[in-house]
Amino acid sequence: MNISVPAKDVKIELKNVHKRFGQKVVLHDLALTVPKGKSLVVIGGSGSGKSVMLKCILGIIRPEKGSIKVDGKDVTRLSTTDREKTLTKFGMLFQNAALFDSLPVWENVAFGLIQGRNMKRKDAKEIAIEKLGQVGLTTDIGDLYPAELSGGMQKRVGLARAIATDPEIIFFDEPTTGLDPIMADVINDLIVNSVQKLGATALSITHDMASARKIADYIAMIYKGEIIWAGTRDEVDNSGNEYVDQFIHGRADGPIKMDVLKP
Amino acid sequence: MNPLAIIGNVVIAALGETGRLSVFTWKAITHILRPPFYWRLIGEQMMRIGYFSLPVVALTAFFTGGVLALQVYYGSDQFNSESIVATIVALGITRELGPVLGGLMVAGRAAAAIAAELGTMRVTEQIDALSTLSTNPFKYLVVPRVVAAVITLPALVFIGDVIGIFGGFVVGTQTLDFNAGVYIKTTVDFLELDDLTSGLIKSSVFGFIIAMMGCYQGFHSRGGAQGVGRATTNAVVNSSILILAANYVMTSLFFSS
Ligand SMILES: Nc1ncnc2c1ncn2[C@@H]1O[C@H](COP(=O)(O)OP(=O)(O)O)[C@@H](O)[C@H]1O
Ligand SMILES: [Mg+2]
Repeated sequence: MNISVPAKDVKIELKNVHKRFGQKVVLHDLALTVPKGKSLVVIGGSGSGKSVMLKCILGIIRPEKGSIKVDGKDVTRLSTTDREKTLTKFGMLFQNAALFDSLPVWENVAFGLIQGRNMKRKDAKEIAIEKLGQVGLTTDIGDLYPAELSGGMQKRVGLARAIATDPEIIFFDEPTTGLDPIMADVINDLIVNSVQKLGATALSITHDMASARKIADYIAMIYKGEIIWAGTRDEVDNSGNEYVDQFIHGRADGPIKMDVLKP
Repeated sequence: MNPLAIIGNVVIAALGETGRLSVFTWKAITHILRPPFYWRLIGEQMMRIGYFSLPVVALTAFFTGGVLALQVYYGSDQFNSESIVATIVALGITRELGPVLGGLMVAGRAAAAIAAELGTMRVTEQIDALSTLSTNPFKYLVVPRVVAAVITLPALVFIGDVIGIFGGFVVGTQTLDFNAGVYIKTTVDFLELDDLTSGLIKSSVFGFIIAMMGCYQGFHSRGGAQGVGRATTNAVVNSSILILAANYVMTSLFFSS
């Protein structure tokens, strides 16, 4: 089962993507369609290949096989210059924020503007402060260093950095993992707001169902490196797929077996 | 396991590593020549790699010059040894000991620091984050460090040469009771420009080795704190060995004719 939208409304399309590290197969015949201007959330357990999938789309990891199209153009075999051009369309919030610890917060947020768009530092700083405001951080945070912030604040700075260049496509890698439920919901709201404001296409990955329900238009499930189900947010409760059912209800018993030693 | 298989695996691993390092080096060189150029970062790295290594290099050079003077004095017949000591100190320092010991000291400082910094950036996904922000990690991280090291190492070693010769002079005049004027005159008479430049060219190559090894190990580190630690150790050990090997090759090239 896959998401079916007219071809002109497809932003990203993955087909038959394979990736392995040594003997370990991480992505196996993965296919996924991300509709333009919508928010797609991919759910799945730890180690199921979610982050690797995002990095393949970004060209940080090169798949052995398959095609990945962004706006109809295959990005898996691009030259360095073309890849850099394509990457200007993207913003990404990393799993652990991945802030540059040698730079103050405002410069982290302004980085894509200064380095990527050659904006003057002064102008970029103004935009950075504005974006920090959008994620609920005050101006004085801008001069602190990432190590001086709590995990939740780091995620918010990461979010501000991801949206600073007004990208067409935003990736969120486990935006709520490791946050308390209230902060997680704050982040969810911020994601929904920023995506709506930009009219961007959003691709998020998470294993937090509350978060998925809140930010998704569409939901897909990845299992052992393969998309095993995809549909709209409301269809997820009646998917008729026992893997999906087990996952969204968080049951230990079911077709998905955890490799734990029984006592 | 079959011993032949073990040898085979080691050889394959070594060849693979050499191949990866060559590709990495080639990528770095092509990026050095293409814009954008991050001048500010080059300046910053020149401070870190060059300026902050000055005390270490200066102290190393001073004591090396001094000990060289002592050893030559004790090893010679001690009559008329003034000119022998001055000559050997000047040539030894400028041709070999200045660049090699300077290079090794900077390898310990800078290669380790580069590998640790880039390694941490790798395992915390900061390097991946760079490319999502339209910034080529090679240009932003590797090029400034390589350029800075290639420029600053000769400068450092030149200062080290002067201090090393001065170290020999201090020991010569204070401990061995040489005549200061004669010592200086001998040094100036025997030292040729070639001695100095060959050492400075060497040190530039050492700078390249140091920055490349630091960056390479940092870029390829994985697996958290332990991986970063391993990268740091490898950067220091490998760059030191490469410096000594490259030094041998360059000495045989420069001084064969
Ligand atoms: N660079 C890499 N080298 C080797 N193995 C990797 C690498 N990146 C990810 N993996 C492996 O791929 C699998 C999937 O990883 P990942 O996509 O990060 O999982 P998750 O779904 O939790 O995000 C894991 O088993 C991980 O060990
Ligand atoms: Mg992940």
